[in-house]
Amino acid sequence: MSATARLPRKRFYRARAHSNPLSDSHFPVPICPSDVDFASHYPQFSGNPMVRFADVGCGFGGLLVALSPLFPDTLIIGMELRDKVTEYVKDRIHGLRPTNPGHYNNISVVRTNSMKYIPNYFHKAQLSKMFFLFPDPHFKEKNHRRRVISPHLLDEYAYVMQLGGILYTVTDVDELGDWMKSCLQNHPLFEPVGEDEITTDPVVKLLTSATEEGQKVARNGGQTFMAIYRRVASKED
Amino acid sequence: MSVIISQNQNPNPWFCTPLSLIDLALRNTYILYMEEVLIEESESGNSCTDEAAPALIAVHPTESSVVVAVGSELRVFDLKGDSAVSPLDELGGPHHSASIRAISFSSDGELFASAGDDKIIKIWKTDSWNCIRTVQSEKKVSAVSISQDSQYVTFADKFGVVWIVSLKEDRDTKAVPILGHYCSIITSMKFSPDGRFIATADRDYKIRITVFPRNALKGAHEIQSFCLGHTDFVSCLAFVCSQDQSKGFVLSGGGDLTVRLWDYISGSLLYTCALDDKAGILEASEIEENDKRAVTDICASSDGSLISVAVQGFNGVMLLSCDLVAKTLSFVKNVSMEKSFIPTSLVLVSSKERLWTVMGASNLTSSDLNNNNQRLLTRVRIISFLQKDPLDSCSRDPALLEDSQVPGGEKLLMQLQGCLDAAAQEAAFAAAAAAVRTSLQNMMIKKQYSVERRELRKRNRNDKKIKS
Repeated sequence: MSATARLPRKRFYRARAHSNPLSDSHFPVPICPSDVDFASHYPQFSGNPMVRFADVGCGFGGLLVALSPLFPDTLIIGMELRDKVTEYVKDRIHGLRPTNPGHYNNISVVRTNSMKYIPNYFHKAQLSKMFFLFPDPHFKEKNHRRRVISPHLLDEYAYVMQLGGILYTVTDVDELGDWMKSCLQNHPLFEPVGEDEITTDPVVKLLTSATEEGQKVARNGGQTFMAIYRRVASKED
Repeated sequence: MSVIISQNQNPNPWFCTPLSLIDLALRNTYILYMEEVLIEESESGNSCTDEAAPALIAVHPTESSVVVAVGSELRVFDLKGDSAVSPLDELGGPHHSASIRAISFSSDGELFASAGDDKIIKIWKTDSWNCIRTVQSEKKVSAVSISQDSQYVTFADKFGVVWIVSLKEDRDTKAVPILGHYCSIITSMKFSPDGRFIATADRDYKIRITVFPRNALKGAHEIQSFCLGHTDFVSCLAFVCSQDQSKGFVLSGGGDLTVRLWDYISGSLLYTCALDDKAGILEASEIEENDKRAVTDICASSDGSLISVAVQGFNGVMLLSCDLVAKTLSFVKNVSMEKSFIPTSLVLVSSKERLWTVMGASNLTSSDLNNNNQRLLTRVRIISFLQKDPLDSCSRDPALLEDSQVPGGEKLLMQLQGCLDAAAQEAAFAAAAAAVRTSLQNMMIKKQYSVERRELRKRNRNDKKIKS
């Protein structure tokens, strides 16, 4: 059997483009981080594996697959709210593992609402990178509270990130780009990553090239807007 | 619901077209959906009409005054002056017009805050019971607290956002949001005794401990910890600290019928005390099987040696004790009260060794027909822990005070209860207890739908346009 035959095909995993983050959840939610069975997600990593990167709203998992060979010793988790999309990513990873022995063992996916349950998955200062790629723009002002980057939610992301950890955001929507940038800029626990550091960071290129959404934007010749910030100790004191 | 309404207004295309197989399928779906709606209506029918708010009680730190909030009424009794007081708003602000959901004294007792479903927060001076500030909220308020330095008032709305008002600034300054629990109901909010942290508990099983910054108006962004372990909503919080004040702990109670002890600096769970098997609570409550019960209020002496707990369906108070060295909780005893008296709110006044309890609901009126001026009915009971033997500090024998022994006497009971013969109205209290319980359950427990029902709901989303 060829490698492609084992991989899932997207057309069997069709789902709505959006999901309501405000609705009550019908999937199991871990009570606390130690309640999550990460060992079953990463069977090749023994002991008590600690996830370091989180891709929030991972979609079809393009970034996970691209990050995996770059950071073979780092555990990476994708978080996705839409169940069918999560199933796709799961099948994709399980399809990739046997055909590429020794690879893709460090990535996995969970179905969850990360806007509600981030602290249920990660300990304080656990993550060194968080990704928010092409989030839902929610244009209407009434729906701004559904945006995944917001002043109050940044408090929780800052809590699960270690000092020096980097939070990446990218969007093709001008208005949302401004919004995310201003939220991060005004937050006392984040400061912008320097221009030269951005150019040397190998991850930055993946933000627009690795994800399905990014490729779509590139195909259509669209613009992308990045905001990359570092978790710092409080700027206030 | 709006789907149905719009279909009723327009002639329904589904029923006009000839019945092809597809139409038939659609009709079946539609019929199923109608059944669905009918089920929902019957389920949610009560919740809209009988939103019963529990009566609340607060006592001044030196026991110089007692406040009971029931419905939109604030009933104040001045124990020092031995007289009933009517709170006044000389600034001409609006009075509470809907159920009061949260009340709190400041730790020095000089200020008092009240807030609730009418979306206003009123801040009172307790020497004159004059309102010094009325603050508007965008949403209904579920919790209110005054910072340890009495400089700020914080309140939480039903969308999980905590707002702050500075009392130093002008009267017209607006409240600003400082932190948020994403779309959850905040059930309790307390400042740590040292004033460094603010603890908030929510419907999503979480307790968040946030550093309370020096300039609080800029927001409280630094989360110290999350205390995670409850397996249902968290309903109440209480801080305790060791005798030398070096180490602080927080106690919590919730819908999983447990009381938990946390180290709030690290967020680690130190001890869980499950109450469901505790000494005769099942027999005493006479509650039907498989009915969920929750801890509704918790109140502790500052050193944790005495913890009082109110539990749904239990006519009395459970007493626990906390050993802060061993980091354990232990059950002490149940203090039972008269049948159907299920406290809705507790206050422990450490200095006077008295536990004040109240029972009542916003929809509970006196059934006494002679009483023309219908007042909301509550029942106040006090448990005294005064030691009989001053040498033996361990034997705190709780004694339930009779109405004649209550400080303030009949005058106090008349003011706070609304009538003197409250004890006689057992049926009314039983009904109120049930109503309070149902409305808490409706607010806190997430509805569980089967997969089929959810699919059905998805297929009939009201944002889908029906082609005509």
